Amino acid sequence: MRHYQAVIIGGGSAGLSAAVTLKENGIEDIVVLEKDCEPGGILEQCIHNGFGLQTFKEQLSGPAYAERYVRMAKDLGVEIKLNTMVTKLNSDRTVEYTSSLEGIQTISADAVILAVGCYERGRGAININGQRCAGVYTAGQAQRYLNIEGYMVGKKVFILGSGDIGLIMARRMTLEGAKVYGVAEIMPYSNGLPRNIRQCLEDFDIPLYLSHTVTKTFGKDRLERIELMQVDEHMNPIAGTEQYFDVDTLLLSVGLIPENHLAEDAGILMDPKIKGPKVDDSYMTSIPGIFACGNGLHVHDLVDFVSLQAKRAAEGAVRYLKNRADRGETLNVGPGTNVLYTVPAGVHPHDAMENVEFFFRVSKPMNASVIEVRSGDKVLRTLRKKKLIPSEMERVMLKKEEIASLEDDVTISVSEVEG
Amino acid sequence: MTEKELVCVVCPMGCNITVTMEGSEILSVKGNTCPRGEAYARQECIMPMRILTSTVKIEGAVHRVLPVITDREIPLEKMEAAMKEVREVSVSAPVQVNDIIIENIADTGANLIASRSMDRI
Repeated sequence: MRHYQAVIIGGGSAGLSAAVTLKENGIEDIVVLEKDCEPGGILEQCIHNGFGLQTFKEQLSGPAYAERYVRMAKDLGVEIKLNTMVTKLNSDRTVEYTSSLEGIQTISADAVILAVGCYERGRGAININGQRCAGVYTAGQAQRYLNIEGYMVGKKVFILGSGDIGLIMARRMTLEGAKVYGVAEIMPYSNGLPRNIRQCLEDFDIPLYLSHTVTKTFGKDRLERIELMQVDEHMNPIAGTEQYFDVDTLLLSVGLIPENHLAEDAGILMDPKIKGPKVDDSYMTSIPGIFACGNGLHVHDLVDFVSLQAKRAAEGAVRYLKNRADRGETLNVGPGTNVLYTVPAGVHPHDAMENVEFFFRVSKPMNASVIEVRSGDKVLRTLRKKKLIPSEMERVMLKKEEIASLEDDVTISVSEVEG
Repeated sequence: MTEKELVCVVCPMGCNITVTMEGSEILSVKGNTCPRGEAYARQECIMPMRILTSTVKIEGAVHRVLPVITDREIPLEKMEAAMKEVREVSVSAPVQVNDIIIENIADTGANLIASRSMDRI
């Protein structure tokens, strides 16, 4: 069996960044396994701009951002196996994959980095009444058809869910000549970034229906019509609010979930709040030597943070490869009031690495607020924010010395304050 | 005096900007965190400008379409005219990232350039 120092599963933004970091740190014997016919991952279909402002201080399109990392990886001699699908990850860090060139193979590694990305919630996850006609797609599926394969999926479109991909597809389909009748969001607020509401909907006079959902689809072979209804505070449709739109296409932008089956099958402890693996400050999962990062860990809104996080996970792997000593007691870092989740979810006070940055999201939109980081009775940090929304990830840093002196679990909570 | 609330689209930070205007004269710009935000807000009140991204047909490459982007913002009102030109153009692989695909698109002064490289296969 071929043995590597490190195997990276996934050649998208996280995997490429991790591979570059490993090589830069002298870890030479590595391989990236990528299922698509070229590296780059989801960035290749995200042809809009807005990528790279943090990483490159430039505004790039998704493909241009990916190309920078592909070039870095190639210059460093990273081996990338394309058209290669990983079928199983085992707890002993063996990896099974299949490709048309090599057939079914098993390799092993001292460290494995999961950079597997996420998948979209589909029609099955939201129970819309109606026949299984053609014309109902996830937004990302339609995006792939349009931006990579070169096919329009329809001409008269309605979009359910105000996630960023849905908003971006509303603009994209409009520019390509489709009529987008509206975007419905079941929550009373949008789940997309405010800038996308502005430049994808308002620029093109596309209505946003908040507290609304699609309750029925009509059409036998192809979608012909949808029913839209307003919902009450418990998200139940309100009788008498039915509206009908004659559309041939319904795009679903109703959430993303980390692609977690490899990790689950390997027996890695999962964090139900992020639906990805639970990781410590070095991005190591519950199985020593297996690391996770990017959208396969938790869903990000900016690729720049995916690259940054993958770099940290790779640094964690480098540290592990050089020194596998037990890191001692683990303290949990978790969400308190009004916080959905925190990543990473654990620190080791007896082996404080460096400063650790925590990513978190609030559970609802909030006005002037205070973020409080607490360990037992001790308040470690208070930060004031003018505005917080679930679609924008927040970050807070704890210093190495602070982590070294921790005695209790850490919670991050947010509360609204007067003006 | 009127106040206009804007969401900056320059970068994903999406700052909330308040522009105070007297007729068509801008008195103050508040809420931006960088100078580009101020420039955006001022421009937005006169003539909204946007980056256009799309795809053009390509032959001889791994995919059927090539992603393209304007090398600077173009007026929002010129989007349709620009898209007309985008739909008509077809290129041949190989293409290098930043290669010019359409010069001075829709007479905006901006060039439409390739978003990525595509080898000839």
